[in-house]
Amino acid sequence: MIAVATKPPTAHWADEVHAMFKAANIRQIAIVPDAGHSRLIQLCEKDRAMRVVRLTSEEEGVALLGGAWLGGEKGVLLMQSSGVGNCINMLGLSLSCQFPLLMLVTMRGDHGEFNPAQVPMGNATQAVLEAIGVIVKRADTGAEVPEMVSSAIRLAFNTYRPLAVLIGQRVSGAKDFRKLTKSVSK
Amino acid sequence: MSKLLRRREAVAQLLKGRGGMMVIAGLGAPAWDITAAGDHELNFPMWGAMGGATMIGLGLALAQPKKKVLVVTGDGEMLMGLGSLATIAVQKPRNLYIVVLDNEHYGETGMQETHTGHGVDLAGMAKAAGFPHALNVTTQAGVAQLKDMIHAGAGPLLAQVKIDPEKLPLVLPPRDATYIKNRFRIALLGPEALHDE
Repeated sequence: MIAVATKPPTAHWADEVHAMFKAANIRQIAIVPDAGHSRLIQLCEKDRAMRVVRLTSEEEGVALLGGAWLGGEKGVLLMQSSGVGNCINMLGLSLSCQFPLLMLVTMRGDHGEFNPAQVPMGNATQAVLEAIGVIVKRADTGAEVPEMVSSAIRLAFNTYRPLAVLIGQRVSGAKDFRKLTKSVSK
Repeated sequence: MSKLLRRREAVAQLLKGRGGMMVIAGLGAPAWDITAAGDHELNFPMWGAMGGATMIGLGLALAQPKKKVLVVTGDGEMLMGLGSLATIAVQKPRNLYIVVLDNEHYGETGMQETHTGHGVDLAGMAKAAGFPHALNVTTQAGVAQLKDMIHAGAGPLLAQVKIDPEKLPLVLPPRDATYIKNRFRIALLGPEALHDE
């Protein structure tokens, strides 16, 4: 039998981040989806040690993960930058209780945005998070994402505070609306 | 004298003999009510985060599926977190029970009216979201039946309990949320809770 060398699948930051979640025993995956998170969401959905909790609004995830920590479980909140605006008052819960909170935020209104409605919140995301007291890390290439997530996991769960990793729009690319008017690719 | 249920009596009845049941209370009067029934290490009375009580309950219920979680909150607080009813219905935690003490008013801010006095049916909304158990409670017998359902583990459940909009002296829980959190976690998880990374 001749072994055929197959090319390994292209490394994607989501695979490494999913492995980090497992290593850190992160079990509750709270999501309002974004295209930039789709691979990571799929990996978590397939993982029987994780429970994906779909939310109607991102602030639900802040409260959910406070309850998870009370009960001895760790989690993560995945959302896009517009969702940060929905979380601000609820983040007072994490801050006043000193709950660890890990948030991965894919940016819109950032690098090559087409949709004007995404720009105000995208542009304000880091400032409003920092204004309320969340520590913010940022990754602008896929290679930087795992390092920033690793740092955020340790800071959040070792020092009991909310952390956000902003994943720049440059990492997953801006949606090409004009192209989508002509065809929809799967 | 009104024939409506009295909030402190209803809460005391529900919490009597609570065993290992964990109790989250929404901000304001529900937090004073659970404290009036007796400060407890497995109480998590909230001082803010309006709209978040039921979701804290969900996170806790998913983390501790063998233990009961009771969320006691008010109509105003529940109205701010209505989306959570859909989220909870989809997760179907059998160990999560939500009791909305409905006085049809925002009691902490001057007794302004809420939607529930104008026909909004929170139990109906929970039912429509997919809660297997959603009920309206107006009598002491109804409270007793509700307690039996919680005891039997019929979750997720939401009970909208109509109560007298009476003003009562506040019974304040500890105000330092880190103390409440650590006390709760140590009682639930043991002293190692403080050393878990």
